[in-house]
Amino acid sequence: MALLTLLAVATIAIVRQRSLFGVVILAGIYSFLMASLLIALDAVDVAMTEASVGAGISTVLLLATLHLVKATEMRPIHANWVPLLVALVVGGILVWGTISLPPFGVADTAVHQHVAPYYLSRSIPETGVPNVVTSVLADYRGYDTLGETTVIFTAGIGVMLLLRGMRRRDDNDRGDAA
Amino acid sequence: MSLDLILRIGTKLILPFILMFALYVQFHGDYGPGGGFQAGVIAAGMVILIAITFGMSAAKRVAPQAVVERMVPLGVLVFAGTGVVGLLLGKNFLDYSVLGHDPVHAREWGILLVELGVLITVSGTMTALFYAFVERGR
Repeated sequence: MALLTLLAVATIAIVRQRSLFGVVILAGIYSFLMASLLIALDAVDVAMTEASVGAGISTVLLLATLHLVKATEMRPIHANWVPLLVALVVGGILVWGTISLPPFGVADTAVHQHVAPYYLSRSIPETGVPNVVTSVLADYRGYDTLGETTVIFTAGIGVMLLLRGMRRRDDNDRGDAA
Repeated sequence: MSLDLILRIGTKLILPFILMFALYVQFHGDYGPGGGFQAGVIAAGMVILIAITFGMSAAKRVAPQAVVERMVPLGVLVFAGTGVVGLLLGKNFLDYSVLGHDPVHAREWGILLVELGVLITVSGTMTALFYAFVERGR
């Protein structure tokens, strides 16, 4: 509960903050709080990913982006009521959706009855890997993980082409002017 | 130059431990939390720490840009190639049981290879992105 309160405080601070440097640091804090929350829920693999990717690399890459752009957020030109309305409606629908969820941590819900027992009981005899998260990620659901890797590959190539291509055009412009 | 002596020595001291931790997370992923994604990010973090403390030229001596950029597609190829081996040997795509004599052992190998592919792509992409941002800023 304390972690959830801190998460809410961090979110409000991010929204109110005008300095983008502050926003990046607060987003890092948010990720660390999220990682602590995931550890409290015994999801260590996800917590580790959140801490390393969310708090680590994302913060570094966002700071690198701030290096390229201005570091203060401009005041909005017109009042943005439509995004606020969309956010409130979507948030309301999500909260409404959680009402019909089964109680937290109950063992006999649908999600724990389908493939989870199969994975838990067959992981060691079938793959010899004690960490079920790893065996599901890399073996039973290997196709999904291949897709994830391809997403990272595509995103990386895209950003690199974007940043490089822009520089080359700049160089050409400078050459023409001279 | 002399003021950041503590920073430089401190960074030098923890660098091998960061790499060690990345490899631990990678290869202990079968037994504890961790795997290719996390290990790749930690390894890339080590290179970024070198770049921040000692400058880009030092980072590029450790991880040359050409190598890093080739790692991005190489990892996907390792992953997909592991799947294609299963296909060529008469099983389904990404069926690892053909990789060894004993199917259980073979699947352990398959997981290891696939995680290696993830590690290569993730660490390569993160480092290459950081390089691209820093060079764009010049």
